[in-house]
Amino acid sequence: MSIADIQIAPTPEHHQHDDHSLNFWTKYIFSTDHKVIGKQFLIMGIFWAIIGGLLSVLIRIQLGMPESNLAWLEPILGKWIVDGKLDPGFYLGTVTMHGTIMMFLVLTAGLSGTFSNFLIPLQIGARDMASPFMNMLSFWFYMLSSVLFFVSFFVESGPAMGGWTVYPPLSAIPQAISGSGLGMTLYIIGFILFIVSTLMGGLNYITTVINLRTKGMSMARMPLTVWALFLTAVIATLSFPVLFAALLLLFFDRSFGTSFYLSEIYIAGEALPNMGGSPVLYQHLFWFLGHPEVYIIFLPALGLTSEIVATHARKPIFGYKAMILSMAGIVVLSFVVWAHHMFTSGMNPFLGTAFMVTTLAIAIPSAIKVFNYITTLWGGNIRFTAAMLFSIGLISFIISGGLTGIILGNAPLDIHLHDTYFVVAHFHLVMGVLAFFGTFAGVYHWFPKMFGRMMHEGLGKLHFWITLTGSYLMFIPMHYMGYAGYPRRYYSFTNFEYMNNFIDLNWFISVAAIVTASAQLIFLFNFFYSIWRGKKAPANPWGSNSLEWTTEKVVPGHGNWEGDIPEVYRWPYDYSKPGAKEDFIPQTVSLTETIESNTDYENQRLIQLKKEITNTQNN
Amino acid sequence: MIQIIGIVGAAFVIAIAYAIFKVLRFVDIIKRPAKSEVPSDNNTSALLLLIFVILFLFGFWWYFFYASPDLLPVSASAHGEETDQLFRIAMGVILIPFTLLNILLFYAAYRFRYKKGTFARFYPHNNKLEVIWTVVPGLVFAVLILMGTNVWSRITTAPPENAEVINIMGYQFAWGVRYPGADDTLGSHDYRLADAVNQFGMDLSDPSSFDDFMPLEIHLPKGKPVLLNIFAKDVIHSVFLPHFRLKMDAVPGMPTRFWFTPKYTTEEMREMVGNPEFNYEMACTEICGTGHFAMRMVVVVDEPEAYEEWKASQLTWLKMNPEYLAKIPENLQEIARIKSGIEQLPAIVAK
Repeated sequence: MSIADIQIAPTPEHHQHDDHSLNFWTKYIFSTDHKVIGKQFLIMGIFWAIIGGLLSVLIRIQLGMPESNLAWLEPILGKWIVDGKLDPGFYLGTVTMHGTIMMFLVLTAGLSGTFSNFLIPLQIGARDMASPFMNMLSFWFYMLSSVLFFVSFFVESGPAMGGWTVYPPLSAIPQAISGSGLGMTLYIIGFILFIVSTLMGGLNYITTVINLRTKGMSMARMPLTVWALFLTAVIATLSFPVLFAALLLLFFDRSFGTSFYLSEIYIAGEALPNMGGSPVLYQHLFWFLGHPEVYIIFLPALGLTSEIVATHARKPIFGYKAMILSMAGIVVLSFVVWAHHMFTSGMNPFLGTAFMVTTLAIAIPSAIKVFNYITTLWGGNIRFTAAMLFSIGLISFIISGGLTGIILGNAPLDIHLHDTYFVVAHFHLVMGVLAFFGTFAGVYHWFPKMFGRMMHEGLGKLHFWITLTGSYLMFIPMHYMGYAGYPRRYYSFTNFEYMNNFIDLNWFISVAAIVTASAQLIFLFNFFYSIWRGKKAPANPWGSNSLEWTTEKVVPGHGNWEGDIPEVYRWPYDYSKPGAKEDFIPQTVSLTETIESNTDYENQRLIQLKKEITNTQNN
Repeated sequence: MIQIIGIVGAAFVIAIAYAIFKVLRFVDIIKRPAKSEVPSDNNTSALLLLIFVILFLFGFWWYFFYASPDLLPVSASAHGEETDQLFRIAMGVILIPFTLLNILLFYAAYRFRYKKGTFARFYPHNNKLEVIWTVVPGLVFAVLILMGTNVWSRITTAPPENAEVINIMGYQFAWGVRYPGADDTLGSHDYRLADAVNQFGMDLSDPSSFDDFMPLEIHLPKGKPVLLNIFAKDVIHSVFLPHFRLKMDAVPGMPTRFWFTPKYTTEEMREMVGNPEFNYEMACTEICGTGHFAMRMVVVVDEPEAYEEWKASQLTWLKMNPEYLAKIPENLQEIARIKSGIEQLPAIVAK
């Protein structure tokens, strides 16, 4: 602390000077400021969300309005529109890229990347990340991978078409489908760069949380947001390398003639020489990341929500420690449930039994979180801001989407439901829409801190109501289609007699999807309009306790606090504490200033501390 | 037409959004709310949440009963009845918390909306509650696991000795089905022997292959266990028989299997669903290429006697493709002619 003490006097000018010496490029493009990097991730995430969303609209037009003439898309899609119809191969490419873009480029980088970068240093009281330069590299690797994914749409043989899981042999043999040509190579290289980006980011988040917490910010005083982002980084750092290995082997199989995943294949009129590989090996490696990935998307959304629910309900989060423990439980269990994606893959049935047990076990911590959220609301004094509404929507999605996981995790039930629309409905609710709601809640809540202005609340609420209703209208009906045996990744349902009973439902889902997608324009307008023309934000618009709202400037410069880094004296959830003057007590307020609202335990600790101090002084 | 609707719709949404935005902003400026941090429409939002959950659950339950007749008919396999029963139980178990927790969530939001002058209740934890809602779901899940493992182990147990064995091979983009002929033994196959006609890669040096036949429909005997040996020739496919609640991946280089017992003949099912056109169908559920959505094959369940008759009436593959006789080793040629039915026994005697 001596270093900090010496620097007290010159600090303010020093930091202002820093800001002014930056030009446009170093300030906004190749920035090492965690806040700018967070915003870069957010903007890129929005860019990809628009593309991913448009792809989903294309999917829904194909499925719900199969008769429609798509010739008007020819200027964009070119040869992929044949006689006004979407090419079946490109349809699979659309499905593949929609999944990959949404899961990785939007809900991993765009959600975790944005908020880990933006919030971790601000909420733990650090000037920046442990390694700002590596942080910048993390974004630029993401950017590079984005470029490759984007380019893959424009190669002649089309983007990857093997589904977002890109199972070999389909993804390994160019003869199997045109997307397994150059598009797939770009996909693999793009993905590997993405993993590099995620690992650089993740290591940074972990190091920062462990080492750079301000004085008094013990692990047990961190906001749940930081806990969630920290644990997410732990999962990502442990599981992404396995995907790296899986993709590397796939790359070898594709480009160097190895047989890790290939065996006994006769395709396009010739028998391939590959022997002894196993496609199921890829599935094991893939899902070793693939399932934790679900929690990489799920946990940050819940972390943001925890903070938002407590702030806007003006009530401490219920069961702070139970929340941390349940998240830790999810982290551990997320590594031992992967094979529930493979009940019908032909693996040993005994594994099915084992993974059924672990899968239902991981439902318990999720259930605990739901109960804790509802109890947090119970007895609150709730302000329904847009952020709060999105958080409530999110909790509803944990319930509605999570419960069907109990069915899918049950191996004998999964036999019928695997790879049907039941699965599509389940994961879109519990992972897709849920994480989007978390992201929206986070953006509405922290927008004032990011840009110094408020987003328009009325538009935010309109956005919320359309999105909430639309999401349920889209995905609840899909459960019925799934149970009726509609397989996913089908270009059309006209070839089977048993799939001709939900034509009107498919149309309905498509309409809901298009309306919901259009409603996102409200958000886009609100977001960009408010950056420049929104109402000026006060320093702490929501009356929140955590450290990010204590910066001198509404939008802090590089270094976050102009003077000393604030000290922390309490946990971040002292909302509506009995006896307090206001309904919130920021973490920076010392216990000595709040004698009237301290608990007996806290006052006794104060007395004890005082005694100790007097003793040391006397000695 | 649709594109016009799309463009007009999008323009409409944008126009409405902008109009609403302008109005809201105007109202904001007029109202100039004091320093209050509470949204002016707080009560409206709370009420809307309450209305939402009522409409949502009402709509859900209405649709639940409305759509149920459109689902698949009763399971046509014995094990499927067990999984259906388990599905109903599990669904029942999850629909209770689905309904109650959604009500509780939205009701809590509505009831505890901001009220002037009141404070939220400072209530940070209660270990007893935490234990209850850890243990209760845990117990419920444990019961579901036990029921699940029970059914799972019965389904995945070794097939009975007397099972009717059928080979299925998925390839881009159709299914090959291979039945043992009169000798009740399936011949071997090898992917290196495959060609445009011999899709299965049938090994013609194996005498068991000579009387095997490959029909264009799958026939199954009612009430008799059937073992499907599942193969893939090029990429992964997945055998999906929705009416039998059966699914198993077809993996190149790794044979898989699934055994089950058909319970209703096609005729019986036609009567049960009241559709004389009804057919059991097989689909592919693992993405396998551009024709993934079209890998249809009709499955017919016969009475055991009719099934045997059908089997006896099928021409062997070799008889349908006699040019492959040339590929058979010299010493097996004669036996091949006889077993495949190309030459009748009396002809040989005469020779």
